[in-house]
Amino acid sequence: METYSNLTPWQTTQLARHPRRPLTLDYIGNCFEDFVELRGGRQWPDDNSVVAGLALFHKEPVVVVGHQKGRDTKENIFRNFGMPHPEGYRKALRVMKLANKFRRPIITFIDTPGAYPGMEAEERGQAEAIARNIMEMTFLKVPIIVVVIGEGGSGGAVALGVGDAVLMLEHAIYSVISPEGCASILWRDPSKAEEAALALKLTARDLLELKVIDELIEEPLGGAHRDFHATASRVSAAIARHLEPLKELPSEELFQRRLEKYRRMGVYTEDLQ
Amino acid sequence: MPPCCAGPGHSVRIAPTEDLTPKCQAEKVGWFTKTKESIVPSNLWTKCQKCEEAIYSKDLAKAAWVCPKCSHHFRISVHDRIELLLDERSWQELNAHIKTADPLKFHALTSYDERVKKAVQKTSANEAISTGLGTLEGFPLAVGIFNFDFMGGSMGSAVGEKIVRLVDEAIRLRRPLLIVSCSGGARMDEGVLSLMQMVKTSQAIARLSRERLPFLSMLTDPTTGGVTASFAMLGDVILAEPGALIGFAGPRVIEQTIKETLPEGFQRAEFLLETGLIDMIVSRKDCRATLAKLLRFFSAPAHHAPHAEGPSNGSDVSTAF
Repeated sequence: METYSNLTPWQTTQLARHPRRPLTLDYIGNCFEDFVELRGGRQWPDDNSVVAGLALFHKEPVVVVGHQKGRDTKENIFRNFGMPHPEGYRKALRVMKLANKFRRPIITFIDTPGAYPGMEAEERGQAEAIARNIMEMTFLKVPIIVVVIGEGGSGGAVALGVGDAVLMLEHAIYSVISPEGCASILWRDPSKAEEAALALKLTARDLLELKVIDELIEEPLGGAHRDFHATASRVSAAIARHLEPLKELPSEELFQRRLEKYRRMGVYTEDLQ
Repeated sequence: MPPCCAGPGHSVRIAPTEDLTPKCQAEKVGWFTKTKESIVPSNLWTKCQKCEEAIYSKDLAKAAWVCPKCSHHFRISVHDRIELLLDERSWQELNAHIKTADPLKFHALTSYDERVKKAVQKTSANEAISTGLGTLEGFPLAVGIFNFDFMGGSMGSAVGEKIVRLVDEAIRLRRPLLIVSCSGGARMDEGVLSLMQMVKTSQAIARLSRERLPFLSMLTDPTTGGVTASFAMLGDVILAEPGALIGFAGPRVIEQTIKETLPEGFQRAEFLLETGLIDMIVSRKDCRATLAKLLRFFSAPAHHAPHAEGPSNGSDVSTAF
């Protein structure tokens, strides 16, 4: 028991990436009913690292969007290890706009190592696609609940991560850069990833303290993969708890609250000297 | 390794822009040795980073730091950028007192705190962006200019807050916004809080957009990572300087991923223009006139169709509605 309550940030990172950790489609299968997947961003080949669709949540229609990793090599190649190209973000946005049009709440699941650093992704404007999603999600007139279930990797995570409530599983991580990336830049030594993981403050408890997330969802002993049904029911309950009051809010109030929420993020000083 | 929104993924080149003091100019040049180093002493002459031409620094400064031989655009200081773009004595800086804190007590090889202190010393600025008000050919503007010399122009909490407050001023005074970006991306030393500045600044642009105030985004060398993937790509018009490196993932990270060398010109402004990601490339000598033309377009009174229901509440600024 103590082992799991005293995990180092680097151990948490390993757990967040654990091959048996529940993935977006597992949550969709367990917390939702009647899922209908919608494919394609309408401009490029479909991006399988992002899944999106319509579903029922507690009998009510909602839209679900999330990054999708694979469980083995074959699946991971199909899912590009959960690293989207711009068309993945654009598909997500298309389906989220559908939610907006028909006034359905949106639930997003975050689980990506990050945006895919390839030539095509750059050519098709991944920076623009991420920026566009952030702005458009801000404008959406329906409640958005974000759940960080595994890896919240940088811009690729943020592109699906703007919401009214951001929830995070106990052993998930969320960071501006991977510990390995940070180590190779700031320490000039990728083997310093463990130190970087500590310095980056990327665990759910850190993020709660930094006021970046609204709720930490505790995982069963040993991690989410040890008892998936228990994890899924906790996730489901947390989503429902945050969604209920948001459903009552007029869209303009949602918009204003979304602005205030993110405006408060950050720490700086104002020294008039 | 996936890309991040943080840190410079490219080599840092610093243009020798200042310190043309008489003392330096009076330095004796050792002509007799005839070595490259001796012909190009530190400040009197500047070697072009692209064509390697040695240029008399005074001439280079007069040419707005554009190489007379190959048109390479050197990186320029905030001060030079103001002089280049804004009407004389119109610049009025805002929120220069906002400083970065150290929310994570971040420590890599050196502490974040020390790195910031060094950057402050080096640049005499408190942060990686200067924000303020000014006029361009008489058009009032809210302006933000990134300073690459301050920790690679990286965006942390203070930069995010300054941009948001600049947008507040733009809305209050009904002024267009111009941001000249030059940044390696989000600042790693502030962790996830830096990442959240992408949201914070993009939302500021969302507010500006709802107020129907134009945002002109000017991308200079380099603009990468979390800055590109947030406000910088949300301009109503996106301009870039010739040859500027613009992208999300840095070229080095991409090369490591695909295990190939990138083609010449990949992620340069000319390439982005071809792929449809930016509106135009503007050379330094033309940028003021081009911006003035754009401002003339955006400043004209709005046309109201007869059936329009009075002033817009901005509800159609996003296709999300």
